[in-house]
Amino acid sequence: MSSDISNPVIEINALRKSYGENLVLNGFNMKLFEGENLVIMGKSGCGKSVMIKCLIGLEEPDGGSIMVMGKNINNLKREDLDELRTEIGFLFQGSALYDSMSVRENLEFPLRRHTKKFGYLKDTTPLVMEALENVGLANAINLMPNELSGGMKRRIALARTLILQPKIILYDEPTTGLDPITSKEIILLMMSIQKKYNTSSIIITHDVDCARVISNRMILLVDGINYKEGTFEELSVSSDPKVRAFFK
Amino acid sequence: MNSILNIIDLFKVFLVEIGELSYFASRFFKEVFKIPFEFKEFLRQCFNMGNRSLLLVAVTGFIIGLVFTLQSRPTLQEFGAVSWMPSMVSISIIREIGPIITALICAGRIGSGIGAELGSMRVTEQIDAMEVSGTNPFKYLVVTRILATTLMIPILVFFGDAIAIFGSALVENIKGNVSYLLYFNQVFNSLEFSDLIPTTIKTFFFGFAIGLVGCFKGYNCKKGTAGVGLAANSAVVFTSMLLFIIDFIAVFVTNIFYDL
Repeated sequence: MSSDISNPVIEINALRKSYGENLVLNGFNMKLFEGENLVIMGKSGCGKSVMIKCLIGLEEPDGGSIMVMGKNINNLKREDLDELRTEIGFLFQGSALYDSMSVRENLEFPLRRHTKKFGYLKDTTPLVMEALENVGLANAINLMPNELSGGMKRRIALARTLILQPKIILYDEPTTGLDPITSKEIILLMMSIQKKYNTSSIIITHDVDCARVISNRMILLVDGINYKEGTFEELSVSSDPKVRAFFK
Repeated sequence: MNSILNIIDLFKVFLVEIGELSYFASRFFKEVFKIPFEFKEFLRQCFNMGNRSLLLVAVTGFIIGLVFTLQSRPTLQEFGAVSWMPSMVSISIIREIGPIITALICAGRIGSGIGAELGSMRVTEQIDAMEVSGTNPFKYLVVTRILATTLMIPILVFFGDAIAIFGSALVENIKGNVSYLLYFNQVFNSLEFSDLIPTTIKTFFFGFAIGLVGCFKGYNCKKGTAGVGLAANSAVVFTSMLLFIIDFIAVFVTNIFYDL
């Protein structure tokens, strides 16, 4: 896993976000470099998911700037933002599969609507099959989401993310709610995808094992700011009690 | 003093709700003309809303026609005006009872269904997933549903009206020995285009209101799974109120035209 530190694909500066009196992000800064796996850890409710949602344009920040592949997402028109979003995959914590659609339709849904990137596809089967084979679930193509286990849902959601061939993937707690064996499988899958497509990833997790295996660099988010930054090895031997608390 | 403040707060909430609903409606009109048009999803919604409501509308319409005739019969008999039954039933059903009852039933069945479905999609982040994949969930989920209700409610109302009149004819055939041919002949003789056109226009507005409020409540659902129930419930309550307001305005406007 090599990253190009001369080329940041995401740059966040002084990001602020509050909900009423509750200040969630208070000047958060971050850079993600090409080909890098960046893990963000923090306590529940510290603003990790809010940050990632600001990054993809689901939440509007109160202040600061977010540059994604050289574009300030706060200034983009709806059409331009949608186009940029095809370059960013997002894996939701709860998988968020469309439950009224089969696995095939889940994967076809974004594919058929991005005619600029993919043209008017008559047959989507090769692309759908390729994405499903990447996650080892080619035989689940005709199943409905309610027929899938938690781990399978997470894999299908990953396949749906991959089908748009994104350059950046955002993972929101990818192993939460899964048993240790399935978690390990998902982590290995994330690594193989990164290797195969050279994607840059932000991984939000509480899972120390996941962070150890997958991260090139880590940020600890405390009180709305990036409290500490470094590799897993550097942070895991830190004497700072706030940092140590994450590795106990 | 506290109760006055509470009333003011409630009024503020109501005004905010109306403002947000108006904004939602304006977004619908902006999006409806944009390509691509989600035709397949629109047809699927038409099928879901129309076909699956047929039985409910048919049973309700039939019972209304039946009961309405049975209840009115003794009074009309007293005045020796039973022969007016087909005209009275058809005009009241076509002008008022059919549209409002069918719309209220559809508000319960379709409006709450839309509210619950979109609400559950919102809390399970399915709508967010559509958004982040660069597709337009508003166009796919909201525009198609509002268009489908706007088109299907008038059709369901026509169907419900026909069944209700048939229910009435059945009673007259059994109780009054009136043939179906004679009954329907009198029905068509008493109806004019001026009865049909305003009521048809009104039903399009009913359909629009049912779709709009159901989508608005579901799409903006908050507070987790409890919010889904709340969205479905408030969609029905709000739509029912709105239907009566639309009905009142429609009757008022129609009467102005009748007076001209």
